[in-house]
Amino acid sequence: MIVFRLALQSLRARWLTALLSVLAIAFSVMLLLGVEKVRTGARQSFADTISGTDLIIGARSGGVQLLLYSVFRIGNATNNMTWQSYKDIAALPDVDWTVPMSLGDSHRGFRVLGTTDHFFKHYRFRGDQKLAFANGSAFSDIFDAVIGADVAAALDYKIGDKIVIGHGLGSVSFLDHGDKPFQVKGVLEKTGTPVDRTVHVSLGAIEAIHVDWQQGAPIPGQSVSAEDVRRMDLTPQSITAMLVGLKTRLAVFRVQRAVNDYAPEPLSAILPGAALQQLWGLVGVAETALAAVSAMVVVTALLGMVTMILTTLNERRREMAILRSVGASPATVLGLLATEAGVLTLAGAVLGTGLLYAGLAISRPWIDRVYGLNLPLAAPTSWELMTLCGIVAAGVLAGFGPAFLAYRRSLADGMTVRV
Amino acid sequence: MDNVRFTWPGQPRFTLSVEKFAVAKGERVLLLGPSGGGKSTLLSLLAGIVTPQKGRIDVLGSDIAKLPGAARDRFRAEHFGIIFQMFNLLPYGSITENVLLPLSFSERRRANVATNGDPANEASRLLKRLGLPASEIVQHRASNLSVGQQQRVAAARALIGRPEIVVADEPTSSLDRERQQEFLELLFEETGAAGATLIMVSHDETLAKLFTRCVRLGDVATIERGA
Repeated sequence: MIVFRLALQSLRARWLTALLSVLAIAFSVMLLLGVEKVRTGARQSFADTISGTDLIIGARSGGVQLLLYSVFRIGNATNNMTWQSYKDIAALPDVDWTVPMSLGDSHRGFRVLGTTDHFFKHYRFRGDQKLAFANGSAFSDIFDAVIGADVAAALDYKIGDKIVIGHGLGSVSFLDHGDKPFQVKGVLEKTGTPVDRTVHVSLGAIEAIHVDWQQGAPIPGQSVSAEDVRRMDLTPQSITAMLVGLKTRLAVFRVQRAVNDYAPEPLSAILPGAALQQLWGLVGVAETALAAVSAMVVVTALLGMVTMILTTLNERRREMAILRSVGASPATVLGLLATEAGVLTLAGAVLGTGLLYAGLAISRPWIDRVYGLNLPLAAPTSWELMTLCGIVAAGVLAGFGPAFLAYRRSLADGMTVRV
Repeated sequence: MDNVRFTWPGQPRFTLSVEKFAVAKGERVLLLGPSGGGKSTLLSLLAGIVTPQKGRIDVLGSDIAKLPGAARDRFRAEHFGIIFQMFNLLPYGSITENVLLPLSFSERRRANVATNGDPANEASRLLKRLGLPASEIVQHRASNLSVGQQQRVAAARALIGRPEIVVADEPTSSLDRERQQEFLELLFEETGAAGATLIMVSHDETLAKLFTRCVRLGDVATIERGA
């Protein structure tokens, strides 16, 4: 106990440097645990991008690719699926609801999704959350558009604004559908999913803006006005993908097999959860790198602490000599410095964890709003507790370096301290 | 000390050899020698802080050169009070804590103090005897004391619990002459009262008259400084 008391007293005497060491360790612990929290949060948010959908169906391709273009709006479809296929699948007895998706156009860098109002009804994210309108409502007219929260914020759009959809996917379109402008009808709440960065229009509208086009360009001398197009049959020939909800989840593999074996055209049906897992496996490398960096920060902080102990070591040689003279064994001297290191790291770990939770509690709503990242305020996981214990153990172990040096010196100093 | 031979680890050129050196119980011995002449090394050997490569060092009937490390530390805690030249105190402890420090390591000295009452009372009694009244003790931290006061606290620490041997390494060299005299008188008085043996080293020959015996380092030890 004498060792513990002396360690505390000596730390109190050097409270400023001790405090700085504790702070350095606290911040590094905060960073490490924070990164871990964000990591699991991001992983969860990622997995929460789409839920409630049992199958995603598109032209035959890999699962990850289908997921990327249909849900994340990244890359392009290899092929379309015909409207007939959509109708056939929608008519399968196990199918509860379907949402058609038509992609390929954009508005100032944001993807345009042609769909039906079923999309707003059936799309779910983060568990079972539905899309909600911050302003306005779903489209009713053929040239109505519903925009995601990021689109509204980035382009400062309000209800009633006119927007022109560009052809193709570049942020600057050289060909646009300027003859048929859209009107913003609704703005969606922030979701933290790609929906935020999407302009939603009706499926018919996608047909309408392309009536007078062929092979990706306007047909010269043949333009159909916005008024005329309303009277035309705007049933699409093809769509890009479809979301499917089933009456019972048990039917998922039956329907998947039916789609994969669909004779008229080659199609793929994927389970969103499985594809998300697969995709996360690809981005997981960055996650590991992040964890490695924060682990290095912890190592740096511990090194800083060892440096602090080492720099005070010289002036403390006298102290060691005194302790030895009154009968302290080298083990006591060793224990004293190791205990100091342990106390510093423990204090740092506790403070860091406290700061992290305080910070989380304060910034949680803001992070959710701005980044769509839901960071639950849960008790530390066993992994986190293990890490904290590991850090403290590493601190004590690091303290043994200077402690051993002090011990060697106290042996060599004998009665006189040669400073 | 019999046929002792000692070399500091890492300094093979310096060798201290002691053919024979003996101190009787209750003596006040002054060990004289020039600075850097190996006096402190001799004290380190006596107190078992370092061990000789060769020979025996008999203290109170035990050969401390043969004792294993932990036992030597315990032996030192039980039987020795040590005063350094300077920087005797733990700067972060209070004065009383500094005085009571040896008691944390020695059961026997704890028991010796217990017969006289409370450890804190014994500490303040010793300090008062050494010229540090209680009013000053509570006021100051160890690091705020003057050098002379620090040495007195160190003396109180060396004496608490009545160790048999008090070893002092130039305890007065940082004091002026007047203070030196005063400090030594107090030290003698207290070691006498405790019945302790005092071994002190110094380079100052004028102190010799105050001791029962004066030994020149050159007479008992040979120092070799190899090329």
